[in-house]
Amino acid sequence: MSFTFNIKELAKQPPKLLPGHRLCAGCSVPTIVKLILLAAEGPTIVATATGCLEVATTIFPYTSWNVPWIHNAFENVAATASGIEAAIKAMKRRGAFKYERVNIIAFAGDGGTYDIGIQALSGAIERGHDFLYVLYDNEAYMNTGIQRSGGTPLGAATTTSPAGKVIPGKMQHKKPIADIVVAHRAPYVATATPAHWADLMRKTKKALSIRGPKFLHVLAPCCRGWRFDMHLTMEIAKLAVDTCYFPLWEYEKGEWRLTDRSLVIAKNPKLKKPIEEFLKVQGRFKHLFKPENRHIIKELQEYVDMVWEDLLKRAGIK
Amino acid sequence: MSELKGWRELPIGAIPFKLSTEFKTGDWRTFKPVIKQDKCVKCLLCWIYCPDMSIVWDGEKVTVNYDYCKGCGICAHECPVKAIEMVKEG
Ligand code: SF4
Ligand code: SF4
Repeated sequence: MSFTFNIKELAKQPPKLLPGHRLCAGCSVPTIVKLILLAAEGPTIVATATGCLEVATTIFPYTSWNVPWIHNAFENVAATASGIEAAIKAMKRRGAFKYERVNIIAFAGDGGTYDIGIQALSGAIERGHDFLYVLYDNEAYMNTGIQRSGGTPLGAATTTSPAGKVIPGKMQHKKPIADIVVAHRAPYVATATPAHWADLMRKTKKALSIRGPKFLHVLAPCCRGWRFDMHLTMEIAKLAVDTCYFPLWEYEKGEWRLTDRSLVIAKNPKLKKPIEEFLKVQGRFKHLFKPENRHIIKELQEYVDMVWEDLLKRAGIK
Repeated sequence: MSELKGWRELPIGAIPFKLSTEFKTGDWRTFKPVIKQDKCVKCLLCWIYCPDMSIVWDGEKVTVNYDYCKGCGICAHECPVKAIEMVKEG
């Protein structure tokens, strides 16, 4: 199977996510969805958990989905995807389904994955349903006004972890969600960003070629919640990878591989940028640069280094 | 009081029935991207990154659909040859 894409051909097709959606200007999420649906060949059914994507693409009476789409609650998108797969199986048994294979893609944010949806996700992976789960991680509950989630990183200011005299932003690290999915021995798990678009599309296509539960963890920079100028969205995703805050990797059948820019950095460690480069362009980390909070930057750097070194070992590079 | 409805008679949830393309988001814009056709090398990076499907590729040239473009400036920032300029709406 070829994992390259002819964008000049693909760009002539009508989009599967339509404009007129009401995600913020500069939001990374529609780009993520657009690229994933572009890489998904053949019939595709989408389910979305409650979250920014869901509320902004389906404001009654409008829909932005140019593919079959189903809404469910915050916590159960993985269960809904399981049900779609089971229903298709049942219809096939009765000869009432004409397609050989259908891509079932569940989209959920960090709230719907790390926190509220993890039980349904864990169950769906354990039962081995054939679907792709896409976590678009904007690192807080953005559509309700920037509340911290299990995906919010240490030190980030949110409305429920505000930076001030009492606490310096969120007190805990980000939950290693992709590792939790790997621990289920899912057949394919990968990380991606919209800025590294070819990597994201290749991973999508690869994931959809594999049977069973697949998981894509996509970093989704959010200009409103992370406090940066809306034109910097892709630049910040690149900085997340350049600083190894968010390394690009894939896990398949017990093997780890670094990909795209992260593989380049692994081979040439001088390219790894200090974590400050990622932090200083975002208002949610502004307070960390005060003398009394500097130790948090150090702590974040140590954490990033530890995770990166561990990843290099898993990928057999060290 | 009216009779309780059985589940077969209930309407099936809310179904969004209009395409969002009927909802123009172009009026969110403060700055608009203007493509300098003589500079554009047709790499389509702007098309790839645009969150609002507002860059149009017809197979020959790249243009902007101002009905939906929200003026985020991602296209201008990511264009490798700086062929897109953000101009204040008049
Ligand atoms: S300014 Fe933003 S919304 Fe408008 S065309 Fe450029 S990337 Fe798309
Ligand atoms: S990114 Fe710039 S050079 Fe590339 S197609 Fe768009 S306008 Fe043209």
